[in-house]
Amino acid sequence: MSVELDVFVGNTTIMDKEVYQLWLNGYTVNDAVKVRIEGGVMEECEASAEVLLSDTMDQYRTFQMCERLLHHPAKLANQLLFQFHPQANLANQLLFQIPPDRQAMLIERYYAFDDSFVREVLGKKLSKGTKKDLDDVSTKTGITLKSCRRQFDNFKRVFKVVEELKGPLVENIRQHFLLPDQLARDYAAIVFFANNRFETGKKKLHYLTFQDFAFCAGQLINNWTLGAVDNIMDDMDVDLDKEFLQELKDLKILITDKDLLDQHKSLVCTALRGKTNVFNEMEANFKNLSRGLVNIAAKLINAKDVRDFFIDLVEKFIEPCRSDKWTSIDVNLYLTHYTNSAHILDTFKHHAVWTRYMGVIKSCILRMYHD
Amino acid sequence: MPGKLKAKIVAGRHLPIMDRASDLTDAFVEVKFGNTTFKTDVYPKSLNPQWNSEWFKFEVDDEDLQDEPLQITVLDHDTYSANDAIGKVYIDIDPLLCSEAATVISGWLPIYDTIHGIRGEINVLVKVDLFNDLNRFRQSSCGVKFFCTTSIPRCYRAVMVHGFVEELVVNEDPEYQWIDRIRTPRASNEARQRLIFLMSGELQRKIGLKVLEMGGNAVVGYLQCFDLEGESGLVVRAIGTACTLEKISSTLPATATHPSNSSPSKDMKEPGFGEEAPGVPLSSGPPTPLRAQTFSSFSPSKSYSRQSSSSDTELSLTPKTGMGSGGSAGKEAGPLKALLRQQTQSALEQRRVSSSSEAFVRTGEYPFFPLTAFPPGFLLHVGGVVSARSVKLLDRIHNPALGNTRSYKLLDWNSFTADEPETRDAWWEEIRQEIKSHAKALGCQAVVGYSESTSICEEVCILSASGTAAILSSRFMQDGPLDTEHRLSRQPLCVFSTGSERVEGDMGSSASLGFEEVVSPGCGFCHIPYDELNIPFPAQLTYCYCCRRYKVPDVLFTTIDLPTEANVTGKGCLIQARLCRTKKKAQGEGNATVISNLLPFLEYELHTQLMNKLKLRGMNALFGLRIQISIGETMLLGLASATGVYLTALPSPGGIQIAGKTPSDITYEQHISNMQKKINDTIAKNKELYEINPPEVVEEIIGSPIPEPRQRSRLFRSQSESSDEVSELDLSHGKKDAFVLEIDDTDAVEDIHALLTDFPTPAGFYSCNTEIMPGIQNWTSAIQMFTSVRVFRLNASLTSQGLNKIFSDLCENLLKSLYFKLRSMVPCCLCHLNFTVAIPEDELIQVAVTAVAMSFDKEQLLENGKQSGEKTLIKAITENDEQLQFNLELNAETPSPNPLSSPKGLSEVGSHLSARALSVDYSSFADRCSSWIEQLKLKAHTIRRGSVKTTSSMEKASPLPEGRSRSLRSNRSYSGSSVAVVKMTPLSFIPGAKIIKYLGIINMFFIRETTSLREEGGVSGFLHTFIAEVFAMVRAHVAALGGNAVVSYSMKECVFMENPNKNQAQCLINVSGDAVIFVRESELESTSVQTQSATTHTSNGAEGT
Repeated sequence: MSVELDVFVGNTTIMDKEVYQLWLNGYTVNDAVKVRIEGGVMEECEASAEVLLSDTMDQYRTFQMCERLLHHPAKLANQLLFQFHPQANLANQLLFQIPPDRQAMLIERYYAFDDSFVREVLGKKLSKGTKKDLDDVSTKTGITLKSCRRQFDNFKRVFKVVEELKGPLVENIRQHFLLPDQLARDYAAIVFFANNRFETGKKKLHYLTFQDFAFCAGQLINNWTLGAVDNIMDDMDVDLDKEFLQELKDLKILITDKDLLDQHKSLVCTALRGKTNVFNEMEANFKNLSRGLVNIAAKLINAKDVRDFFIDLVEKFIEPCRSDKWTSIDVNLYLTHYTNSAHILDTFKHHAVWTRYMGVIKSCILRMYHD
Repeated sequence: MPGKLKAKIVAGRHLPIMDRASDLTDAFVEVKFGNTTFKTDVYPKSLNPQWNSEWFKFEVDDEDLQDEPLQITVLDHDTYSANDAIGKVYIDIDPLLCSEAATVISGWLPIYDTIHGIRGEINVLVKVDLFNDLNRFRQSSCGVKFFCTTSIPRCYRAVMVHGFVEELVVNEDPEYQWIDRIRTPRASNEARQRLIFLMSGELQRKIGLKVLEMGGNAVVGYLQCFDLEGESGLVVRAIGTACTLEKISSTLPATATHPSNSSPSKDMKEPGFGEEAPGVPLSSGPPTPLRAQTFSSFSPSKSYSRQSSSSDTELSLTPKTGMGSGGSAGKEAGPLKALLRQQTQSALEQRRVSSSSEAFVRTGEYPFFPLTAFPPGFLLHVGGVVSARSVKLLDRIHNPALGNTRSYKLLDWNSFTADEPETRDAWWEEIRQEIKSHAKALGCQAVVGYSESTSICEEVCILSASGTAAILSSRFMQDGPLDTEHRLSRQPLCVFSTGSERVEGDMGSSASLGFEEVVSPGCGFCHIPYDELNIPFPAQLTYCYCCRRYKVPDVLFTTIDLPTEANVTGKGCLIQARLCRTKKKAQGEGNATVISNLLPFLEYELHTQLMNKLKLRGMNALFGLRIQISIGETMLLGLASATGVYLTALPSPGGIQIAGKTPSDITYEQHISNMQKKINDTIAKNKELYEINPPEVVEEIIGSPIPEPRQRSRLFRSQSESSDEVSELDLSHGKKDAFVLEIDDTDAVEDIHALLTDFPTPAGFYSCNTEIMPGIQNWTSAIQMFTSVRVFRLNASLTSQGLNKIFSDLCENLLKSLYFKLRSMVPCCLCHLNFTVAIPEDELIQVAVTAVAMSFDKEQLLENGKQSGEKTLIKAITENDEQLQFNLELNAETPSPNPLSSPKGLSEVGSHLSARALSVDYSSFADRCSSWIEQLKLKAHTIRRGSVKTTSSMEKASPLPEGRSRSLRSNRSYSGSSVAVVKMTPLSFIPGAKIIKYLGIINMFFIRETTSLREEGGVSGFLHTFIAEVFAMVRAHVAALGGNAVVSYSMKECVFMENPNKNQAQCLINVSGDAVIFVRESELESTSVQTQSATTHTSNGAEGT
């Protein structure tokens, strides 16, 4: 005796959030049933394990059927639009009648990702090779392989779609995948990192969370890409502004010109004196730190050095400061004066580039300056 | 030539990729109607082609307009090879033929392929210009409205009810033609789909003609069925009630009084008939709403007859089991047996004689009404359930036609093997005759809630018909809307034409008594229609517990819906009797004989089970009774579903008394007393659960002319002779009669076991198979229609008892699953639970359920008076909402259990929810509010059972760092935009809404086949997708007609076949319903919300669906 076939189809598709999450987490049907039993749903609803199994299988099947729509969420959503605007240019979605808030939930959760997972693949090429290594990531993070694959495929899918699109990155993602703002920003960061292949896996960078990187990515996207200066330009947010990178080389004068360097130092030290406990260290390290930052700027024209951007920031600036026990207030103070003083220098002409560069550097460093 | 059909192909979207090389498609469209075909241009290299074609015009007969569907085929153009078909859309243009229905079909319709399912959509525009044809001899019946709804549709009033219409059409099944061996499955499926479309169209047209002949303009309760008889053909048949309907204008219909007498009816007088005329005076209905009256009781008496026709060419084994109705009296074992032994030919033959001699007995002259709910005052008394079954052999049907009265149009091909419809007609005629005579035996001239069904296995076919014998009012039109009835003496209601004398007598009495008698409308229908001194079956009669004037039976079984005005105590519940019996494998005649021998026992057992379960729930009447019997190679399945209620007018049911036959054994006694205790407990519990507290009855009523009913009736389970001296045990259930179960045989033990193991509905759930649940009015607008299908494989050879248990468990588990699935809608009621069972092949049992879950407000009734406080309440709610949402968010951020969102807080909100329901007038606000609440409910739901307990456990398994929850934090939501969805419901109404227009009937038939079953997720995946596709197509077609809901939706056929070894499966689904436009009552801008209607005016915005 066995149940050969067991289906339940509602005119409005019924979906249980909890089961959905279990499905997303890559649980097998049986594991999911176990979790649900432990969750106590049985007692509450006077159900039996059999009922729970049947329900779970049914839900899993529904999710699997929805999955292909979730890959193109605009389709899923326009299933509703269809009911209002027959012109909406979208299709297969008549299949499920899902209330809008449910759809939003489905999409949002489908595209949600684990921070520990994203840290592992951030900045890596979203290629087949990386996908093959996912089982290692799975063992390392404790996230099921199935879930890892879903998250990876999501990254890749978003990347593929927006890679070639013009216009603001975050907006593109939001429109094509109907993601909430914050999630769209995170995806923008992931796409940006993957495109520029920033190194994030080095041991020195391990202390940084995904949110740190996402913040920095946001800064870079908003200030250093072509879209940042000119929205009409038909270029994209994914690439850094080459012209700007070229101009960054001009900043080298700040460290190559000895007078300028000394003048800069004295200006900064004057401003800082008495305002911090680590003044001596600042004074002693000024030239080193300045060289570090300017060199990073000068090298950014090389794609390879772009990849090392974060590691350079940590090695050249954050680590020295940290070993001297600067507080983040100190860092803020130092960077503020360091940036502003340059404008007062007589012979320094590259104010615009300097502001654009240092603005990002400052906020990135401040964000990254923690344990 | 009175019709011009115009079609325009606008665009397509999301077509499948047909050209692998370019990943694109060169699509064009063929538009075909009849034999005319038009083509659009090829729109190259696009998955979203914009054809924007001209208007294709077809000039056709209106006859064809009715028969043929518009067929749209989307193809991929291929220069070098044959064009590949992408898929098809069949459009039924019938709704456009009626001036009051839809005027245009416009919208995106799914392109369907029988192998691949839905493949994109196509946007079309279809219109019809119809010229009037006043030719008397026309073959078309354009303009006749069809309704699946089994009551007078909501925005119409019945000017006149003409009576029963039926028709059937037969053709060869393309699947069984020789050509099927060489054509592709796709071609075969499409041939079948098209044929069925054609046949349904033809059938509908013919029915329409009959309606026009009768002077009507509409068919209500239109029920169309398919019999897939395999080799011997395909039968499409339909029944309905012909009516003259009139759209309700805003002003109240003027009530006209007419002479109550109908024209002297021409027709048969049967000797016994006049005698049976009850002395019970009929009451004319006081002007109260709906006084449908039904009552039935049931007697196990079966008239069983086996007829061997004298004709050599035909063999028909027709055991007919008529379920008369009557009291529960149990003395029937003897008669039953006697009847069984009898091989009565006489009855049938007599009937034949009489029918042939009487002029009026022609097809269509049956006083049958497929309606289940009636206009006010229509139904006077109910006699009980009548049913008839007959077993037929399908392979012997090539007998010459019985007559040429019908014109039969052969479709597509000339087939000599296909049956003439006359054979089937004759079969059904027999059955209907039988039903009619059963009704007569109950003193009734009409049968309401009438339905017909078949079950086919190989070449054996069971035809079944059942209904409720009833007496209909001749004067209902006085105060009701059916006022013009008698003006048309030319077409008297067939009720009156059939039972002349009796009816006249009745009418006389009602005319004379009508104004004196004040009969409570809530009990009138329970009063017996038959003569108490000449009861056709043993029954216990008592005086009505409401009016104390007329006799009522102790139990009432009916197939109709509970009349709205009926006095009911407490709530009702679904009651099912389930039975599975093994039978020997046999062929042909032998098989038919075996089946016909088993049938009476099966029915008897089902009845016993129903009766027991009814008593166990402390109820005394069944409504919506539907008995389904399915045959398989090695077993018979019987499933009886009904809604049990406690009718205040009927006596309180006694308890169930268990009696042992061998009282010597002490352990046995103990066993029995244990059992008794359990039963008593269950009854008490059920009474509490269903809130059955009948008012205490003042002892004995004015001198009753009948002898005191026996205090105990006994139900004998064994075939052994009765022993009357059952110990007179003390009955814990008052002085009422108890139902005695003797459990000296294993059957009874098993039965009792089955009774006790019926799973109680979980808290917050109610269930019924009728339209509405007595005792619940305050529905919210949250409805969820669903279909669930299960197939169970029996892999061991089992005894009947084992099978019984499995079958019963199967149904119970299915119900349990439904309750679990729908737990978020609590408190809710599963209405119109429609079970269909089938035995698709040996050792497989298939159960399909379609129903609707409807939420209701529990507290509303209590808070009805508190309207003044509502504003503050709303405020409180909104505040509460915000607060709660905040909590919830916190909860989402920190996956650990959050004390703030403790169940206590939730329950507070929960109690406000119901209060909020009063606040509907501020529609937009309420909308927002309620959608919030909807969300809240969901969230609350997850919190209650999800986050608090589960998240933590999940966390252990996989670290879910804040990233995940963070991404869920955002407040972005689509809420606020109320989305127009298409609602579907098997009921005839939508709670909290008003149907403003009927757009036409939806009757769709789909076949889906796959040769890659595993790849599509196995049988479950395959069927899940298919059902979802069917829903999607129904919704799309309704939307294209301009509608936003389907009412009276039903899935009439779901035939599933699989061959896992070949990785193949096939499924046929037939669905129907009425496409409508509804508006929320809140949007109707109703001038004033009456206190009463406040109950229906519940949360209008909450689209739980």
